[in-house]
Amino acid sequence: MSQAETAGPAAPPVRIGRRPQTAAGFLALFRNELHLTFRRMRTKVLLGILAVLPILIGVVVKLNTDSPHEGGGGVNFIAQTTQNGLFLVFTALAVALPVFLPMTVGVVAGDSVAGEAATGTLRYLLVAPAGRTRLLAAKFTAGLVFCLAATAAVAAAALATGAALFPLGEVTLISGDTIGFGDALLRAVLVAGVVAASLAGLVAIGLFVSTLTGSGIAAMAATVGLVITVQILDAFPQLDAVRPFLFTHYWLSFADLLRQPMYWDGVWKDLGLQAAYVAVFGAAAWSRFASRDISA
Amino acid sequence: MTKAPVTGDVTESAGGPGAEQRPAPAPSTTTSPSSPSPASVVSGTDDVIRTRGLTKRFRGGQLAVDGLDLSVPRGSVFGFLGPNGSGKTTTIRMLMGLISPTSGVATVLGEPMPQSVAGVLPRVGALIEGPALYGFLSGRDNLIRFDAADPTADPRTRRHRVETALERVGLSAAAGKKARAYSLGMKQRLGLASALLQPRELLVLDEPTNGLDPQGMREIRALVREVAGEGTTVFLSSHLLDEIEQVCSHAAVMSRGRLVVQGTVAELAARAQGRLVVRTPDVAQAVEVLAAHQVGSLLPGDGRVDGELGALGSSAGTSGGTSGGTSGGTSGGTSGGTSAEEALPKLCAALVEAGVRVHGFGLERGTLEDAFVALTGEGFDVAG
Repeated sequence: MSQAETAGPAAPPVRIGRRPQTAAGFLALFRNELHLTFRRMRTKVLLGILAVLPILIGVVVKLNTDSPHEGGGGVNFIAQTTQNGLFLVFTALAVALPVFLPMTVGVVAGDSVAGEAATGTLRYLLVAPAGRTRLLAAKFTAGLVFCLAATAAVAAAALATGAALFPLGEVTLISGDTIGFGDALLRAVLVAGVVAASLAGLVAIGLFVSTLTGSGIAAMAATVGLVITVQILDAFPQLDAVRPFLFTHYWLSFADLLRQPMYWDGVWKDLGLQAAYVAVFGAAAWSRFASRDISA
Repeated sequence: MTKAPVTGDVTESAGGPGAEQRPAPAPSTTTSPSSPSPASVVSGTDDVIRTRGLTKRFRGGQLAVDGLDLSVPRGSVFGFLGPNGSGKTTTIRMLMGLISPTSGVATVLGEPMPQSVAGVLPRVGALIEGPALYGFLSGRDNLIRFDAADPTADPRTRRHRVETALERVGLSAAAGKKARAYSLGMKQRLGLASALLQPRELLVLDEPTNGLDPQGMREIRALVREVAGEGTTVFLSSHLLDEIEQVCSHAAVMSRGRLVVQGTVAELAARAQGRLVVRTPDVAQAVEVLAAHQVGSLLPGDGRVDGELGALGSSAGTSGGTSGGTSGGTSGGTSGGTSAEEALPKLCAALVEAGVRVHGFGLERGTLEDAFVALTGEGFDVAG
């Protein structure tokens, strides 16, 4: 990993024998994986849809200003939105987090390995040789970056829409305190970061599902279906014993960061749970993928 | 379906029930039929690919590769031949570490194969079961991606190497086009280009001319020769016999998961029967005379008769099992005293004496296809 500088930059001579692995060469796949993910039309469309969502919400709220709805995404942000455009960020994230964000993440993560298997490119990556662990790590990294990008798309579009349609200025938090706009903007960034991190578990699950099948569509459908199922289960009070372990359970705890002082309990539980899911499903994906026969 | 070769016995084969147990064309350095024990043959060091008892049974219980003992000498252009479904691709996938064998060992460039993937594969270029590309990326970006997947590839020379590889397969002009717009032939070339991104010690090409037009096929074969000329060992699977005959120095034949034979192409082709062809208007008469001289499986045609000389024509010192086992017995019986040099003029003289107007008289050399049919007893396009 440390010989990055030893190899000459000139055209390689015909050399027989092992070539050393370089740090730059090792990381090239990670960079390329990001390129691959974000250059796809599909990714751009998904991000575009996510960006349109806050605009729609903003317009609808603007049109209904006289009779604001209650509880748009399970969290009552919409009333505040009319007073401050910044709140559209939180509203949009609260609406997008249960359905739209996991759906896009499910598509990207679910397709990551299975899609390559379906097109056959997986075998060429592996004989390159990408290394199975390295490839999986690159896919996981790209998935996490997509979570960030997706959340950022929602937040940025919401901020722009909110600024265009509603007044900005001092923000009244849900605890009733008032903070300056700059502080509130920082909180918005923090919330977006927490939302993105909340999706990490799902990336690991999607990656695992993706190693199970040779069909990208099946993996995507299974991952998205799982998100929906888990959220339905999370709605049953009879399942109280299980609910705290469902990866969606603490998703909306980010609202607690809009109190003064910030209330971190739920957020830490959420992040801890995501870490556990990443560990468990990451390991499962690895053990499955490292030993699997690639016959597609 | 009946007489399958014994597992572990490399070179002798399903020549048919009547096949002699001769020490058939020794496949260059390593194996001999009398040494079935793996320990005695592992010593040969200069094999680029070597498998011993390599077996793959899929989960469904289907035996795809059965006790394969393959030796690919360094520097050879090795043809890996067999009908569709005979286990070629499964073998290649095992050699490339994509699937793990059920039993047996495979070494590539001297290292055991599913285990040493990281050290071995950067030195191997591969085209496996047709090209697979990212349709939404340009041809150039496809190559960049596959090159980026190799951790030993230097990112600073990547552009240069990609352009060189594109140029080599004649895709420079189309390099910026999206790969989904490529024709099958262009995809195949791009696949080859990705195998040529680095100087390689071994090139594994699975059906590289599939989907190409005749001109494209010629170009690819020229490229294979060129690469081989640089010292790269080429392992080329194909179901096209003439392709193997044209470019390969060595060949192995697979049938139903087993290795039927391996050796140099010349040796394999020599196993095929030469056929005697007589051109004459007096077909019926000629048939009579030839039959009287023990020429087997006569085929009277329009103005010509051809038949199997059997041991009479075995100038290359081979024969044994003949196709379909039709005349193996009779021709084998005459092999005692006469050699081809004496037999052919005698045969010709006999024809002339009998008043047959001989317009043409000669031997047509056996092709690999004849050898294949003789070895496997099946037509070539039969799916296993």
